[in-house]
Amino acid sequence: MTDRALAVVRAGALTTVQDLGRPGHAHLGVPRSGALDGPAAALVNRLVGNPPEAAVLETTLNGCAVRPRSTILVAVGGAPCPVTVDGRPVAWGAPVHVPAGALLDIGTAFSGVRAYVAFAGGVAVEPVLGSRSTDLLSGLGPAPLTNGAILPLGSPTGLHARVDFAPQPRPPVELVLRVTLGPRDDWFTPEAVRTFTSRVYQVSSASNRIGLRTEGPTLERALTGELPSEGMVLGAVQVPPDGRPVVFLADHPTTGGYPVIAVVRPTDLPAAAQAVPGTPVRFVAVRRR
Amino acid sequence: MRTLRVGDDALLVEVASGEEAEAVHAELLRRRAEGLLTVREIVPAARTVLLDGLADPARLASELTASDVPPAPPRAGEVIDLPVRYDGPDLADVAALWGVPEEEVGRIHAATEFRVAFCGFAPGFGYLTGLPARYDVPRRATPRTAVHAGAVGLAGPYTGVYPRASPGGWQLIGTTDAVLWDHTRVPAALLSPGTRVRFVPVADV
Repeated sequence: MTDRALAVVRAGALTTVQDLGRPGHAHLGVPRSGALDGPAAALVNRLVGNPPEAAVLETTLNGCAVRPRSTILVAVGGAPCPVTVDGRPVAWGAPVHVPAGALLDIGTAFSGVRAYVAFAGGVAVEPVLGSRSTDLLSGLGPAPLTNGAILPLGSPTGLHARVDFAPQPRPPVELVLRVTLGPRDDWFTPEAVRTFTSRVYQVSSASNRIGLRTEGPTLERALTGELPSEGMVLGAVQVPPDGRPVVFLADHPTTGGYPVIAVVRPTDLPAAAQAVPGTPVRFVAVRRR
Repeated sequence: MRTLRVGDDALLVEVASGEEAEAVHAELLRRRAEGLLTVREIVPAARTVLLDGLADPARLASELTASDVPPAPPRAGEVIDLPVRYDGPDLADVAALWGVPEEEVGRIHAATEFRVAFCGFAPGFGYLTGLPARYDVPRRATPRTAVHAGAVGLAGPYTGVYPRASPGGWQLIGTTDAVLWDHTRVPAALLSPGTRVRFVPVADV
């Protein structure tokens, strides 16, 4: 077996392989998937000299630990967290050499949710419909990491960045999500639309890669009955019968039957990916561009 | 046609019926094929077609709002035959809802030409229309926690085939051995919007 590979020593709560996802197949029921914090994934790729489409690891809250079989350049970003190599602290947010057989440990995030780990050459699992992303809704792509799994790596292609530290946005203390109302805001009472855009919600611990669930004031419908299934976009704020808004993230279903009260600006979604449960959330209505 | 803006760069085209949605979908696919429409996703559904990733959604919205629903496209393309055994656990319930003897359910179902109205729920899961409205059935009051791959079910006006094992609330009338989804195959999905489908009964072995 090639020595361009990683052995998974500690898979962590949920660690998946992610790249830019597989957009363009929604009409077949295939979610877009891809890294939830896209800018963080892009940055760590750049730090190790990978192209933007290279696959990285996305961890959830408590990181992961891997042992590369050959000396390799890595970079960790996204949620700030301790990074060690054979127990010695190394830089977060900068390229780091990990010797062959050493243990790279990405610890529990100090803040935020998801850390991103890029390896020079990228994680080289077999792509499915042009993407290596794990899709937790439909089960496409590689399974989430398990202890003892072996992940193949690609060959490095570019020059790594020569930086000691790359600044990254801090995970949000309060999550402000700019929204444009519609397409189904008329399914809610005017009072509910006011509540939605003025009151404070909290990030629910039931959030995942499919959706950011919220707790807070419930939204009352003006129209009852069932909405026929319709296509869903990234950032759609769907309101299920319990009246609590869910913001659709990368693994969202491609069609849905609950009304969408508003759509979050895609540029605000990376921060949503880093909002820990309990983080206050405000939905701020903005004019459509 | 009614158009609804969705975020900054998507548009939902809403029409009165599934047939009109089919016609609008066909027209939008034609425009894209001819290079007249640049869009990332075209997602048909029950009464709508979603256009996601548009450069100028406002202009397209005013253009579509001013135009009539295009005429229904002719039924074209090959018919995909799905071998089926009408042996589902809800066959008796469906027969009762239809008011026919149990063995008639399969005969009526297999005599129908279906069409994939849209996909969703899971990769390769198609919502097939074709049965007359009098054969609409409700979903099961309590969804099953596990439905096996290849199960053929009914819900509302639709027939669907589960591409893989999953929970599900459709009324199961049969089983097919056809592989609905295989990501190593090109195309991965056996059924896509617009595909014509026939169920062909096979004898139990």
